[in-house]
Amino acid sequence: MTAVREMVDPVPGAAAPHLPAQPDLVQLLTPEGERVEHPEYSLDVTDEELRSLYRDLALVRRWDVEATALQRQGELGIWASLQGQEAAQIGAGRALGEADMAFPTYREHGVAWTRGVDPLDVISLFRGNDLGGWDPVATRFNLYTVVIGAQCLHATGYAMGIQRDTADAAAIAFLGDGATSQGEVNEAFIWAATFDAPVVFFCQNNQYAISVPIERQSKVPLFQRAAGFGFPGVRVDGNDVLAVLAVTRAALARAREGSGPTFIEAFTYRMGAHTTSDDPTRYRLADELEEWKLRDPIARLKAHLSRSGKADAEFFAGVDAEGDELAARIRKGTLEMPDPAGTEMFDHVYAEQTEEIAAQRAAFLAYQEGFEK
Amino acid sequence: MSTLTLGKALNTGLRKAMEDDPKVVLMGEDIGKLGGVFRITDGLQKDFGEARVVDTPLAEAGIVGTAVGLAMRGYKPVVEIQFDGFVFPAYNQIVTQVAKIHARSRGKLPMPITIRIPFGGGIGAVEHHSESPEAYFAHTTGLKVVAVSNPADAYWMLQQAIAHPDPVVFFEPKRRYWDKAEVDLDAAPPPLFSSRVVRAGDDVTLLAYGPMVKTALQAAEAAEAEGRSLEVVDLRTLSPLDLAPVEESVRRTGRCVVVHEAQTTLGLGAEIAARVSESCFHSLEAPVLRVGGYDVTYPPSKLEEEYLPDLDRVLEAVDRSMGF
Repeated sequence: MTAVREMVDPVPGAAAPHLPAQPDLVQLLTPEGERVEHPEYSLDVTDEELRSLYRDLALVRRWDVEATALQRQGELGIWASLQGQEAAQIGAGRALGEADMAFPTYREHGVAWTRGVDPLDVISLFRGNDLGGWDPVATRFNLYTVVIGAQCLHATGYAMGIQRDTADAAAIAFLGDGATSQGEVNEAFIWAATFDAPVVFFCQNNQYAISVPIERQSKVPLFQRAAGFGFPGVRVDGNDVLAVLAVTRAALARAREGSGPTFIEAFTYRMGAHTTSDDPTRYRLADELEEWKLRDPIARLKAHLSRSGKADAEFFAGVDAEGDELAARIRKGTLEMPDPAGTEMFDHVYAEQTEEIAAQRAAFLAYQEGFEK
Repeated sequence: MSTLTLGKALNTGLRKAMEDDPKVVLMGEDIGKLGGVFRITDGLQKDFGEARVVDTPLAEAGIVGTAVGLAMRGYKPVVEIQFDGFVFPAYNQIVTQVAKIHARSRGKLPMPITIRIPFGGGIGAVEHHSESPEAYFAHTTGLKVVAVSNPADAYWMLQQAIAHPDPVVFFEPKRRYWDKAEVDLDAAPPPLFSSRVVRAGDDVTLLAYGPMVKTALQAAEAAEAEGRSLEVVDLRTLSPLDLAPVEESVRRTGRCVVVHEAQTTLGLGAEIAARVSESCFHSLEAPVLRVGGYDVTYPPSKLEEEYLPDLDRVLEAVDRSMGF
């Protein structure tokens, strides 16, 4: 750790006692897997729920590993790994109610999982088969948004719609630490605040925007920014699925009851590369990754489940086997995924097709058929 | 029949759209209490409430970006961009989101958003208040772009744009806001995405849209005194283009002049010239000519009369066309 990084107090948890503690960090499960209480955020969770949270964490990581392998084998154009951020995503995703609407960036595979999106639908996007991949209306999980931060305004506008419908629902926008520098994100904060929109801004501070560290995005801890916009900001241990679940549930409840937005900074770490096209060894030190491995979100819950006797070896073996089945299904489904028909690119540009595009579609077909003869 | 200014026709059209569909929500800067800087939304907040006529924070990306979210929730946002030159902070949302979400979602997320933009010069304004950015939007797949020229079209086309399932960038000729005409509020309007011959003639086809339609009509009037018969087509729709009436006309006249305020290079006229040349090649007696703004930064208002195409520049182009 270099001195400059102390500014945002980067390493939470007791696993690195030589580093300063973070008094503001909400934590319910220590990196060693010890359950702790927090004065403001309590969580009643059954053993069954704990096991199912573990299952979600483990399965999305297995999916992620398989997708990375598929990309390396040339089957995907690119893959954005979520490794290290599973707890932030599963915790937030599992906090959502049926009527809530999620607005992801492009790395929220864990949230997609909790919304029932088929991993193969996400794969189809990264394979280059589709611009979207899943039904955002049926899953209540919007399509991935690649232009950084744009989705925060969509979530806010959607929340304004919820207000007008007087519905018991909230929107949640996912964003990264880099996105907090975008003007549109700051506009979304202003909109949400002044209209008391039922929206939660869930920021996964994974410490890097591709290669650029958080210090280049902010001079203050991100969660403190919310105060300037007039709504609460909370920093939660993003590698603690229980704390994320509790904090996100509270923020969503606050939104639904009409008390306005909350900014959640899930303090975490992107253990892998930004995407499969990236080389993190060019901009960060190996020992930093080693520090964060001690805070692995999955190992921590596993430790808790094992030590407390809430899950046994058979359970873990079962999840592993399920993971392998999932990976096999993803692999098979990817390899068998048919290429889209060429005419598809013409078919959904507009709700009401224009004569111009219809003519281009016809010309394209005629041109293609010319080759087939 | 009612006598309405173009601005009042827009106001009346907005009111009708809001009455017809409770999902129509207006958003913009100063559109509520003030009624908009041009008063196009005058009285609407008072009658429809603050949830349906929203005075927004001062941020154009926010206006369009939240409109996207409202559209996803089933609303039909109608947003006002206060002036043409202020649309660019929202350009990202319009081009990367509004224009693409229908395709990206394979139609699961329609974007029935109307983006109203007062455009063009001639009002003696400071910079960024007199521009004609329509080509940027017409070049963007996924958007539809129209420009109105008269009160009747203002009344009808705005309602049609709001009811349309695709995003429509709706250009209003701000210097014609105060022009009056009779509007038949009960007539059946022509389709939104259709061009229209507004003056019949035999010698040259003049194409214009928005504020330049009036200029083209004045030019045709003046030409008539000199014994020349100009046909004037109001394009009305810029994307998609409706060139069937244009081609029908050019096949008769053999000559075509396109007029717009926007800079000439890579403006709408360039695309129209290319298409007319392709479709009417054997009928053309002269190359398709363009009359537009010069390729300069929009000048200070003391020079805008020189910058903007006027009757004389249109007639000069007609002379050149006839000279071939």
